[in-house]
Amino acid sequence: MVAALEIRNLHASVEGTPILKGVNLTIKQGETHALMGPNGSGKSTLANVLMGNPAYTVDSGQVIFDGVDLLELEPDARSRLGLFMAFQYPVAIPGVTLANFLRSAINARRRDVDPADKGISIPEFRRLLMDKMNYLEISPDFASRYLNDGFSGGEKKRAEILQMAVLQPKIAILDETDSGLDIDALRIVAGGVNRLVGPDLGVLVITHYKRILDYIRPQYIHIMMDGRIVESGGPELADQLEAEGYKPIFEKYGIVPTEE
Amino acid sequence: MTVRSLTRTPAAPSLTVADVEALSKHNNEPQWLRERRLAAWELYEALPMPSTNDEAWRRTDYRRIKWREAGRLIMPVGRAPLGVIPAHHYAPLLGDRQGGLVAHVDASVATAELDPALAAQGVIFTDLNTAVQQHPELVEQYLMTTAVRPEDGKFAALHGALWTHGVFLYVPPGVAVELPLHSVFYAASSGLTLGHILIVLDRGAQVTYMHEYGSPTLEEQSAFVGATELIVGEDARLQYVALQHWGRNMYEFSHQRTRVQRNGTIDWVIGSMGGKLFKVFMEVDLDGEGSTGRMSGLYFADKDQMMDHDTQQNHNAPHTTSDLLFKGALMDNARSVWQGMIYVDPVAQKTDGFQANRNLMLSRTCRADSIPGLEIKADDVRCTHAATLSQLDEEPIFYLMSRGIPRREAEKLAVDGFFGPIMERIPFAGVRERLQESIDAKLLGQADQ
Repeated sequence: MVAALEIRNLHASVEGTPILKGVNLTIKQGETHALMGPNGSGKSTLANVLMGNPAYTVDSGQVIFDGVDLLELEPDARSRLGLFMAFQYPVAIPGVTLANFLRSAINARRRDVDPADKGISIPEFRRLLMDKMNYLEISPDFASRYLNDGFSGGEKKRAEILQMAVLQPKIAILDETDSGLDIDALRIVAGGVNRLVGPDLGVLVITHYKRILDYIRPQYIHIMMDGRIVESGGPELADQLEAEGYKPIFEKYGIVPTEE
Repeated sequence: MTVRSLTRTPAAPSLTVADVEALSKHNNEPQWLRERRLAAWELYEALPMPSTNDEAWRRTDYRRIKWREAGRLIMPVGRAPLGVIPAHHYAPLLGDRQGGLVAHVDASVATAELDPALAAQGVIFTDLNTAVQQHPELVEQYLMTTAVRPEDGKFAALHGALWTHGVFLYVPPGVAVELPLHSVFYAASSGLTLGHILIVLDRGAQVTYMHEYGSPTLEEQSAFVGATELIVGEDARLQYVALQHWGRNMYEFSHQRTRVQRNGTIDWVIGSMGGKLFKVFMEVDLDGEGSTGRMSGLYFADKDQMMDHDTQQNHNAPHTTSDLLFKGALMDNARSVWQGMIYVDPVAQKTDGFQANRNLMLSRTCRADSIPGLEIKADDVRCTHAATLSQLDEEPIFYLMSRGIPRREAEKLAVDGFFGPIMERIPFAGVRERLQESIDAKLLGQADQ
């Protein structure tokens, strides 16, 4: 059965300030969606709320993932169900190598299925990791480097996609994965994502810019303003945005743009 | 009044000069050593028990020690069976190999072995009593004469008078010992032992050394009064790792000091996991021009443990470099003290001294005192220090959890990450793994409560 992420009238706030004001969106495995919108419209908040970041409070609404009430679950359980978020700002964990971290993540999944599982064997893990690193053009010595510690912006984003490739989620949210990337890095990252896209993966690409959408071609485009999705459509919506900017939409909905 | 009871001088163990005489006689010691012990005893008797009135002891109150248990002197009693010691304490350090092993159970020798090839090169590695008999000139020259001396404090004097057992290593000029050497002090019985480590590296010698302290958790209290002396000659290089894993009823009071000659290097790593309460003075003396000392410490205190590391980096010559990093985690009601001083002598121009102490607070009821200090008498130097107390950040925990790693394991990874920089300075995979296991066990203890 195809898994779906269904967001129903979701309201959320940060430190008492409402950010999401009734978001409705459904993403199914096999679909690629883009969520666009100006700074401060709530795109990253949506991603973080879906993943369960404790810095955000859900005020009302529902999120159903694969038939399960997602908001009841801790972030680790959401991940093991098949949800993934590529962070806009991946966190450095000095002292924990990328390889160790990924092995822990894989083993947590295996133990979730079978508590007696002994974990992935080292040779099997190495093969898996080297294969994915190879096509993301990540040098093998990254495996023994501390997670995101001293990584360049592009390296961090590639490491996020590497994690996605290893963990094989059902639905992946890419939170401004294109930000801070030069054109070569963007090509590699987007190429990595495209390799993963298929009938088993649903993707939500969150972005300011149309640039990444030239590589990852979504079927659906949504525009977020002031905590709500105000427009949804096909790829032509991105072209329209590119040509006209957000201004006509601001005017249409009577929204005063907020500076962030 | 409360103040009165807080400042009351702690009780002393009920030992007498007759114990000193008896021990020296039992060991059949030469006259010079007997006299040294008696002189140290006089010093011991002249000094008061340290109390919280003394600056160095202000935060470390050991008055709960029951000397009638912990102060019973344990004498050497011939050969002890090695099997009393859990095998992981003395297992080979590199695969199935190590250059030598000297292990004690309480005050008695369990084994003293050295690779014959090393012995043929003139390396001496044996228990201290045997060294006194077989190499008196070397032991007399170095035993508590330049590094730790009886006048360094009450417990140093007690140690000088009543050391019960020890290890002696001498590496002759220019000899590079490839396989690591290993020693163990295992305190199997409750009571008082006083273990000594004396390592002398002659000019240009090199060695990697691992010492382990261990004991089971006994019903009754025990005490260990130790001294460690690391003499690093010109151009010599010593990598010295000590892992302390006492049982929970152990009190320790120790003095440890290294003296480093011209262009010599000491790389000193300690891991402190066990014991009920300890105070350890650790001192690096960079005596020769161009000498270098690195001190790395890892400690993890849980339940009602009290860990006190008192470090001193003495730059006594120009162009000397010292680098200290102590990282500690605390949980439950545990306490720690790190007090560190960098001293730069007026002649020690162009020195570079650094010290940092970082504490990770894993409960609301733990407490860490971190007191860095600088005393700089030269003007052309670079000295810096840092001290921090922090909690686990939620941000990395969320990041780890978002990949499916459960909270407890995410916290464990974050703690591993915290200790990583010290852990990687331990050159033995097996020792790292054991240390990791005891860190994990403490973290899991937290989860059970």
